[in-house]
This record gives sequence, C-alpha cells and structure tokens, in this order.
Amino acid sequence: MGDHHHGPATGITRWLFTTNHKDIGTMYLWFSFAMFLLGGFFAMVIRAELFQPGMQLVEPAFFNQMTTLHGLVMVFGAIMPSFVGLANWLIPMMIGAPDMALPRMNNWSFWILPPAFLMLASTLFMEGGAPAFGWTFYAPLSTTYAAPSVTFFIFAIHILGVSSIMGSINIIATVMNMRAPGMTYMKMPLFVWTWLITAFLLVAVMPVLAGAVTMMLMDIHFGTSFFSAAGGGDPVLFQHIFWFFGHPEVYIIILPAFGVVSQIIPAFSRKPLFGYASMVYATASIAFLSFIVWAHHMYTVGMPVAGELFFMYATMLIAVPTGVKVFNWITTMWRGALSFETPMLFCIGFLILFTLGGFTGLMLSIAPADFQYHDTYFVVAHFHYVMVAGAVFSMTAAVYYWLPKWCGRMYNEAMGKTHFWISFIGFNITFFPQHFVGLAGMPRRIPDYALQFADFNMMSSIGAFIYGASQLLFLYNVIATIVAGKPVSDEKVWDGAEGLEWTLPTPAPYHTFEEPPQVPKPVGTI
Amino acid sequence: MRRVFSGAALTLLAPLAAAQNQVNMSPGVTEIGADIFELHMLIMWICVVIGVAVFAVMFYSMYAHRKSKGHQASQFHESTKVEVAWTVVPFLILIAMAVPATSTLLEVYDNDEAELDVLITGYQWKWKYEYLEASGEPVAFFSNLATPQEEIYNTEQKGENYLLEVDEPLVIPTNTKVRFLITANDVIHSWWVPEIAVKRDAIPGFINEAWTRVPQEGIYRGQCTELCGAYHGFMPVVVHAVSRDEFDAWMAAKRGAAITQAALATQTLPVDELMDQGKAIYDSACLACHGAQGEGGIGNAIAGSALVLGDLSDHMAVVAKGVSGTAMQAFGGQLNDVEMAAVLTYQRNAFGNNTGDVVQPGDVTGMKNG
Repeated sequence: MGDHHHGPATGITRWLFTTNHKDIGTMYLWFSFAMFLLGGFFAMVIRAELFQPGMQLVEPAFFNQMTTLHGLVMVFGAIMPSFVGLANWLIPMMIGAPDMALPRMNNWSFWILPPAFLMLASTLFMEGGAPAFGWTFYAPLSTTYAAPSVTFFIFAIHILGVSSIMGSINIIATVMNMRAPGMTYMKMPLFVWTWLITAFLLVAVMPVLAGAVTMMLMDIHFGTSFFSAAGGGDPVLFQHIFWFFGHPEVYIIILPAFGVVSQIIPAFSRKPLFGYASMVYATASIAFLSFIVWAHHMYTVGMPVAGELFFMYATMLIAVPTGVKVFNWITTMWRGALSFETPMLFCIGFLILFTLGGFTGLMLSIAPADFQYHDTYFVVAHFHYVMVAGAVFSMTAAVYYWLPKWCGRMYNEAMGKTHFWISFIGFNITFFPQHFVGLAGMPRRIPDYALQFADFNMMSSIGAFIYGASQLLFLYNVIATIVAGKPVSDEKVWDGAEGLEWTLPTPAPYHTFEEPPQVPKPVGTI
Repeated sequence: MRRVFSGAALTLLAPLAAAQNQVNMSPGVTEIGADIFELHMLIMWICVVIGVAVFAVMFYSMYAHRKSKGHQASQFHESTKVEVAWTVVPFLILIAMAVPATSTLLEVYDNDEAELDVLITGYQWKWKYEYLEASGEPVAFFSNLATPQEEIYNTEQKGENYLLEVDEPLVIPTNTKVRFLITANDVIHSWWVPEIAVKRDAIPGFINEAWTRVPQEGIYRGQCTELCGAYHGFMPVVVHAVSRDEFDAWMAAKRGAAITQAALATQTLPVDELMDQGKAIYDSACLACHGAQGEGGIGNAIAGSALVLGDLSDHMAVVAKGVSGTAMQAFGGQLNDVEMAAVLTYQRNAFGNNTGDVVQPGDVTGMKNG
C-alpha cells in the first residue's frame, strides 16, 4: 500500500485514463471552451454575412449550415459540458467527497464527447453539406428533405445524449451517497442543489431526444412515417417530442448558472444568501414547470384554443419562481459590504441581462402577442439574453472565481474587468437591436433581409465582433494565470467565500477529502 | 474592376438611403392587430416598471453598501413576510395580464362566418393561392419572389421593396372576413403578414385556419417565418387589399385568363412564345436550384445535362414527378400543360442545349395520358 497518496500520472495517459474528478473537470472545461470558440466562429460567419443586405460571403444553403451548427455546438458542445466540468471540479469539493461516485464512467462520459463533435463538424465536408435545418431540426426538413449527413448528425446526438445521461447519473449518485457526515440536503451549497435538480431533468429528457432522433432515423432509412403525413404520421408530433425535451433543456442550461450566481453574490456581498430554502424550492418549481410548458414554442402550429390557453397560463407561472430568485439575489446584496471583482461584475451583468431576458420571455408567453413575435429576431434576442448573458456570463464568473483555487494563481484583475466591460458592451450592441428588428418584422434564420433592417443588423454585427474578440482576452488571461499568475496561498482566496472547497489548501491538491471533513455549521445558510 | 467598385458603393449606400429603423411592433391595420399591439405594449410597460423598481434597489445597494465606503455587512438571511409578498404580488400581476391575453386569443381563434376562403399552400420557395368559391372557373396561381438575382448579389441597386416583392400578390377585398386555409406541399412553412397580424404554420398534410378583415386598401408585405430550406429568406408574402369592386373586376380578369390559357393547351404555339414563357417559368421555378445559366447548384446542371438532351418523356417525367428524396419537386401539379411545354422547350434549347426540340402543349397532354 506504499505510495497511496500518489499524484497524477505523467504524459498523455494521465488524461486518457484518468478517473480523477479534477482532471476530468479540467478536460470538460477546456473542451467546452474549444467548442465555444468553434461555435463563436460560426456566429462570426453569420454576422459577417448579415453585416449588409445582399449575399456577400456565403451561399444561403451554407448560411443555414452555420446557424444550425452554431446552435448545436453552443448548446451541446459549449454550455452543457462547461457546467458538467464545473460540477466535476466542485461538487466533490463542496460536499466533502474524495471524488465522484462513478469515476470510470466519468472518464467515459467525457471521452465520447470529442469524437461525437468531430463527427458533427466533419459533416461540413460531406457531400450535400452539414445539417441545415436549424438546431431544432423540425421534420420533414430534417428527414425527407435533409442532406445525407443527417445520419451522422443523428449518431452524434445519440452519443451526446449518452454522455449527458452518464454524467447526470454520476452527479446524482455522488450527491446522494457521498456527502460528508453532517452535510444534510438543506446544508448543501446551492450550486450542488441546482445541479442535482438539473441532473434529474437530464435523465428525464435526454432519452426523449434520443427517441426523436431514432424516429427520424427510421423515417429516413427504414421507410417508417412517424413524421410524414403522407404515410399517416404527423410532422407536428416531432415538435411536441422535441420541445418536451427542448424546454427542460433550456433549464438544464440555466439552473447550474443560477447555482453559480448563488455562490458568488454572497461571497462579494460578505453576507449569507438570502432565502436559501426558497431558492431550493424555486429551483424545484422551475424544474417541475419546465415539463408542462413545452408547446409555448409552438403557438402558431394550429393547436386548439384550449391547448394554447393551458400552455400560456403554465408558462406565465414560471415568472413567479424566477422572480423569487432575482429578488433573493438582490436582497442578498442589500446591506452587504459589496466589492466588485471580476466574478461579481459578471454576476451583476448576469442579474441585469438575465432579468431582461426573463421579461421578454414573459412577453413571449402571451400567446396572442406571440403570433407577432414567433420566429422573429425578437426571439433570437430573448434567448441570447438568457443563454449568453445568463449561462455564459455565469460560467465566466465561475472561472474567475474558482480559478485561483484550482491552480493556486491569481488572474490579472485589470484584464478581467476589461474583459467584463468589453463583453457587456459588445453583448448589448449585438443583441439589443435584435429586439427592434424582430418587432419590426425580421424573421430569424434568413441569410438576407429587407432594407429597413440594415442599420440595426450592421450594429449587431459590429457588436458581435467586439464580443467575440473579448473572448480571446479571456483565453489569454486564463492561460497567463495558469502559466505565470501571481501565486495565492490563502485557503479562502476571497475573504467572503464560504463553503468546504475553501477549507482546502490552495492550489487544491490532486486528491482531496480522503478523510471526510467535519461539516461545521450550515454551509449554505450561514 | 470599376464594376466591382460601383457595386461596393451601391451596397454601402443603399441601406442608408432606405433606412427607417422601426423599433417597435406595428399596430397594423386590423382590429386584432391593434389589440395585439395594445397587449404587447401593456406587458412591456409592466415589465419596464418592475424592472426599473428592481434595478433601482440594486443600483442603490451597489452605491450605498460598498465595502470601499466601509459599509459593514449585516447578516440577515430570511424574512417569511417579504418572501410571501414577492411570491403573491407577481402572481396577481400575472392574473391581470392573463385576462386581456385570453380575450384577444379567443378573438384570433374566431374563424366562423367567413365571406371568402383562400387556400394557401407553401412550396419550397413560393406560395400558391387558390380561391375556393362555389361557382366559376377556379382561380389559382403561384406567388414568387420578384427581386432579381442581380440585386441579391449586389450588382444592381436594391429596390425599395427588396426581398419583399412578388410577381403576383394575393388579392383580397377590404371589409370582408377572409378565411385562410393554410397548408404546405413539402416542408413546414409559416405564412406571416405583420400588418394584418396573421401568422400560421403551413404544415404538409394538415390545414390550419386563420382569418382577417382588412379595413383599408393597401399593400401589406411579410415573409415566410419557418425555416424551410436554402431559400427560406426568399419567399415573401404580399397581400393587396382592394375595394370589393376592384376585387370583382380582378377576379373576372383572372377567370378570363384561365379560360384563355385552357384554350391554348389545344393549339400549336410559336417557338418564340414558348421560349419566352419558358424563360419566365424557369427564372421563377428552376433558377434557385439550377442556376441562372443552367449551371446547377443545389440541383444538377441543366446545361449539357444528359437527361435534358435525351428522351423527352424521361425529361418530362422528372420535371412532372420530381425526384424522391431530393429537393427536386414534382412540378406536374404546379404547371399547366402550356407552362410545362414552355419550360421543357426552354430547357432543351437554352444554355447551349440547342436540341431544336419544340414541345407543344398537346405533346404534354399526350404524354400525361400515357
């Protein structure tokens, strides 16, 4: 039993065979950042084409491939894996566990991701081009009328689903079985809570997505007619199945972001999170509601009026628990001792912009008004406010907040703040005008547009280039920190930080909590 | 080189000249459009008020409770009263929003007692309009994008209604309840005209209903709003609302034209006429996939194609029945015998395919009947 407390293996095998939650978390984070840059590159192509009216750079068919891959890569490649990476790093450290419950499966759930995305990206070079039917891949555009590469797309989606399900099972098993003595459910940090609920959502809906793509596969290759009216099927059935997955999916993306913000705002307010219990209940309510609102994405498909009313009322209800969360965060800040380091700036950016996205979400929930909003740039603006300013801003905040703990070095604060301001301004220049063009009547997913939309589109493109460029600054800052940042040895790094992960040495050693820690007092609540 | 520069100058200046920069939804011209607009404004102002209040508190806190000012953090972390209040109050606000939303929605769904029915069918990438009337010669036509490729590819100045103009608009009478029956032939499309506040998905195999009553004459423009393939951005909707008298006259003229066209089907037409009509059909129906010079693109090349240069009946079979599993549609149901003859003649003689074949409407009728 000699060398029990060994460090990592050396060379490539460390990464290939590792079962260490920190290594796997690191790989998830770097992978998701690579995908973020790839998806961002696709977005730059889109914005460059939309810079002016007329077709300049790409053909309409290729433009559709770009919008499709941008959505798929950002949702499945960048945002979801980034939060899984964060969960891997933090959940064991937050609940006082030595590692994830199922470390070998952890390795596997990461390593099937890169081949899946390689396959998805390779469709760009196939005959007929990459998938060009939007990330929502509505049948029959994605079945009868799709390029042959759709089969590779289906296979990729299956692998991503398997990866997500394995990752979620792992998180559920870890949280349920490996909490340190004294770490009761209602003492868990909110990040752990939001991830636990997210993991249940994932396990519930990823199989539904797998079902949808399997039905597509059958329709394409085996002569079935699930989604073809000519054979007795129903194209609208596809949308019901897709959104039964798709709506919980958007909460899968945003709930861990809520968790992150609920960790960081108290730290820089030097004050405990307000309404811990109501935060947990609000998260659970949002998760429950997410299963009964899916058809608000389909107000124009011709549902019976009773269906429209049900989905409208249910959707409006989501505003209540979401409002509770926003009020709780602001009240956490109230009468605290606030300081505005980069992670806090990104959280405040999140708070403002996510709330704006929430307001437009409430507007979109109103079915009759949605007849005018549906499938316009107003929707594009809405979901970028919640996805980018919601999920991506909070993820960025998380990296700045925990990076010093992970690598024992401090990032450059001035550069971090610069990154925040460029991102914040660039983001708003990009997406705020999209509300205007959407309301004025510009449909989404079009490669060219009428002249009255020209000015705002040009503004939007300029903003997108600014926002895109600011991410390179982020990348530089992170690498510079890891390579040559100023060493930090303080365990807490941030004076207001609370939780078990801050009781560990800095940088966090390769193996932590081999002996379960004493949980001193309510962690989430103090 | 000069052409490139002037082209670039045109693309740079055109948007500035045409800019209107509308920032809000249009109330449109219909009663429902106005109701939706009011609802939209109501919800937006409620959100603005809540937003201003919430952010005012946050910004005050960020100013007054700064650590750099030496503010000491208090440690309170719950208050049942406050938490119940901010759960119940938003709920009540939502109920206040739901009431007008419900009544407007019920109005939108009131499809009864239409005075005129129009069947709208979405095709990749055009709309077909059929007037469903009990008597008289049926009137049906396709409505294609009228913006020339030269404007789209920036070699010509873009017109005022760039991408929002069609060769033949839908014509409807004013002050008449018009019911739209909306479906599609291939993939899902969505028929939208913002000014009359009608948006409905066009779904193959299903028929959706929507209606409007336009009080004032005018030209209303919209677009397809459901991704339907490569040229989704290039299938506008244009509606002309005209007075009842003007509508009746237009309808009579359309009927007359339909009778003339039917008569042509039995005649032998001159080559020039077939070529002219064929080019017009090619440009609206074939060009998007097969290229302006028949060079191909999404579809195969027409120029030098073995199919086009080969047996006429094989050629017609592909045009009429389409190619399953590809974007090549079945045009048999879209083109009448005269149009089919014209486009076949054009394809067999244009782009250097000089076969010299002249296809007459009678030949098409003959091949159809086996």
